[in-house]
Amino acid sequence: MSRRTTLLTALGWLALAAALLGLAPALLSDFRLGLLAKYCCYAIAAVGIGLAWGRGGMLVLGQGLYFGLGGYAMAMHLKLTDAGPGQVPDFMVLYAGGEMPVWWEPFRSPVVTLLAILLLPVLVATVLGAAIFKRRVKGAYFAILSQALTAAFAILLIGQVKTTGGFNGLNNFQSFFGYSLYDPVNKRMLYFLAAGVLLASVALMAQLHRSRFGELLVATRDAEERVRFLGHDPANVKLVAYVLAAVLASVGGALFVPVVGIISPEDVGVGASIALVAGVALGGRASLFGPALGALLVGYAETSLSESFPGSWSYFQGGLFVVVVLLLPGGLAQALSALASVRHRVGGPPGGRRRRERPASDRTRPGPTTPQEVTA
Amino acid sequence: MSVPGRDYLEVRGIRVEFDGFVAVDGVDLTLLQGQVHFLIGPNGAGKTTLVDALTGLVRATGLASYDNQNLLDRPSHAIVRLGIGRTFQTATVFEELTVLQNLDIAGGVHRRARSLLRRRRGVPERVHETLATIGLTEQADRPAGVLSHGQKQWLEIGMLLVQDARVMLLDEPVAGMSAEERRETGELLHRIGQERTIVVIEHDMDFVRDFADVVTVMSAGRVLAHGTVEEIRADPEVQRVYLGHTVEGVA
Amino acid sequence: MEVFVSQVFTGLSAGAVLLLIAVGLTLTFGQMGVINMAHGEFLMAGAYTAYVVNLVVGDAGLGLLVALPVGFLVGGLLGVVLEASVIRWMYHRPLDTLLVTYGVGLVLQQVARDVFGAPAKDVPSPSWLSGSVPVLGYDFPMARLFLLLLSVACLLAVLALLRRTALGRQVRATVENRDLAETVGISTRRTDRITFFLGSGLAGIAGVALTLLGSTGPTIGASYIVEAFLVVVVGGIGQLKGTVIAAFSIGVLQAFLEYATSGSIAKVVVFLAIVVFLQVRPQGIFAVRTRSLA
Ligand SMILES: Nc1ncnc2c1ncn2[C@@H]1O[C@H](COP(=O)(O)OP(=O)(O)OP(=O)(O)O)[C@@H](O)[C@H]1O
Ligand SMILES: [Mg+2]
Repeated sequence: MSRRTTLLTALGWLALAAALLGLAPALLSDFRLGLLAKYCCYAIAAVGIGLAWGRGGMLVLGQGLYFGLGGYAMAMHLKLTDAGPGQVPDFMVLYAGGEMPVWWEPFRSPVVTLLAILLLPVLVATVLGAAIFKRRVKGAYFAILSQALTAAFAILLIGQVKTTGGFNGLNNFQSFFGYSLYDPVNKRMLYFLAAGVLLASVALMAQLHRSRFGELLVATRDAEERVRFLGHDPANVKLVAYVLAAVLASVGGALFVPVVGIISPEDVGVGASIALVAGVALGGRASLFGPALGALLVGYAETSLSESFPGSWSYFQGGLFVVVVLLLPGGLAQALSALASVRHRVGGPPGGRRRRERPASDRTRPGPTTPQEVTA
Repeated sequence: MSVPGRDYLEVRGIRVEFDGFVAVDGVDLTLLQGQVHFLIGPNGAGKTTLVDALTGLVRATGLASYDNQNLLDRPSHAIVRLGIGRTFQTATVFEELTVLQNLDIAGGVHRRARSLLRRRRGVPERVHETLATIGLTEQADRPAGVLSHGQKQWLEIGMLLVQDARVMLLDEPVAGMSAEERRETGELLHRIGQERTIVVIEHDMDFVRDFADVVTVMSAGRVLAHGTVEEIRADPEVQRVYLGHTVEGVA
Repeated sequence: MEVFVSQVFTGLSAGAVLLLIAVGLTLTFGQMGVINMAHGEFLMAGAYTAYVVNLVVGDAGLGLLVALPVGFLVGGLLGVVLEASVIRWMYHRPLDTLLVTYGVGLVLQQVARDVFGAPAKDVPSPSWLSGSVPVLGYDFPMARLFLLLLSVACLLAVLALLRRTALGRQVRATVENRDLAETVGISTRRTDRITFFLGSGLAGIAGVALTLLGSTGPTIGASYIVEAFLVVVVGGIGQLKGTVIAAFSIGVLQAFLEYATSGSIAKVVVFLAIVVFLQVRPQGIFAVRTRSLA
């Protein structure tokens, strides 16, 4: 990584920080800012998807599972603090006759809750990931499996009305660690929290991308078997990226709860999980800023389209997948760098042409695509 | 760590079976350090499969040990960590990464986990040396994808050097090279072979004659003959197997 | 004992539904390696075809008989259009086809919502499928029996096609080695298109058949697709016998778990069981072993 790219990265990050922390709060109404906070939560999860999918080649279609782990952990804590010491959340009084399962109890503690938000996804992703990657389940198999897991998670949540609120999920929160959620000032504070976490996760990615681990991850994506013969277990390399992505999704989900005021199976299911991927695809899966910006853009598009033409959002999201993934696999980041290189070529010396970029994923070894290769 | 001439790769009764088809059928070999070994044999003789077995790619029975460590039943990456490296019949380098990055990434085995999270600063000494050894210093910053076929194979050998592989199993490393490139490769192998165990799978008999210290001939999964080039050429069994095959220089 | 028999049959008929959907997938996913998430929406198209045909014909029995071939055509045509416009450009990017076809599926769902409305539609069942037949003391509903027979028939048809016909040989040759197939004079483009037509057509048939079990909504396909893909994965890619075993085992396992616990827990346990199963056999029940790597 050259000094110039490092500088550009730093400038890009500063610009993003200025936009999120300076411009947006100055220009947007409280309502709009609240929406932006929600997009930031998606974007945090998207940053992780960029790492796992864009850099690691693992098409994670089930990040809703981790988004949900963080989200429900936070929601349980908020419900319990709202209920007060020794009391039971309102919906349990309604559905379960006021009986609370024991595994809710630890979430009364803010410390346990915060730890759970960070450690639950580590635990689950490590167990699942190790099981999947060590047995060399990859490619389409992995994608389908990850999707199935989040589908199962959503089904489980819906089925357990008494303990998870079922289809309606957990909602109607009053306060967030002692701050009233009805106070606009506290809502702005939540926005800054979400935006700050997003910026931090982008910075973390910047460091990972240029680290040797980042190089190794890309190498694993492009030629997994070759990496094995460098003496690394590709499963471990992928596992690290997968776990990190899970943690980011969980943190995004945890922030989502106070920002939006609800978490339900609909926010963690198959559809929600793929919607997270949509932003990443749009922005540019393998790029640094692409996943975050793409997620913000997709979130914005969803709100404004559903506001003006109900139903059009499905067409838009569907069309987005088709157009972007088919024609622009590198996302907007690819379009931008193509533009830049055209300018470069016009202005620059003849022959100073950049190599054409190949689609960012699925760069497996050359040869015919066989069904075996789908798994391989 | 090793006394020259002491380290060796020992192979006893290796057998590989694919759904009833025996591809490697009880191979015994002792491969000494400091020599360039050649493994020859007709197509389908089981040469690649033998190397696959030694590097954990296919399951095998028998015994294979290096440095008192059993190789079979270990995953590939663990075998690499014992100091046994290999190349593949088709050159596989990381096309998107530069030559330098390719070499650098190969050195990763010897790094601690924490240093992996840091950025590469400067070029490690060993990478520098290797660039010179394989003659790619000028190409250091070019993407490996644009290298010629021969250069890619050198890069692969270079990656093994950075990895500090004590045993190098090279599957047809000069296939598709010009005569000049072959000569350079042969000399390179002899240069780096002083303190290593090198095994080269090869079909071209001219190349074998020029650079082999020891030759092992395989046919139908078995070792047919083992010895110097002269001994091999005089072996009637080898002549019989190669009769009708157009391997120039043997019969 | 009675419980046992009845759960086995419930499971078999659930497995038959999965099989019916998965048979089409074995062609597009198993043989061609394309992950077509819109397969579920082709199924939905088949179900709505049954609805429309029934409106036009006005007789439930005749409607069903007409709807089966028409549904096959509708599904098949949608498949061909998808293949020709999108998938043909993506054979070298199998994972990306998943996202693109998911997008197509979203669009098709919304089209259905706009055309037919969001509420589910009911298609009347023919009278000759309304009763049930006693088997081993269990009353097997006729509709489910019909489904079971239909899926076995589709399966046999696909088997015969792949094993016995010139097209089948061409499909297998193309799967083995696309470039080589082309050099020996097989039009791989044509083969791809026909395979896709058949696979998608089978989804259409499945859609028609599903109207016998319940009502039809825009997301009927989406609710089955994940499980159907799992069936193919567990069976071993491109392995029809594996698909059959997987479909019925998953169906029966789920039936028993549902009996012992609850519907949602049963699903979760089945999914987890599949993850565990893939630990033992990462390539599915029947793995195709080849020599890959370089
Ligand atoms: N995975 C496998 N499954 C079934 N048979 C295999 C497999 N791998 C190798 N074989 C068979 O084992 C035999 C030995 O193959 P191998 O590639 O080792 O030969 P080779 O000596 O390297 O030949 P070449 O000189 O052509 O590279 C061949 O007949 C091959 O078909
Ligand atoms: Mg070989």
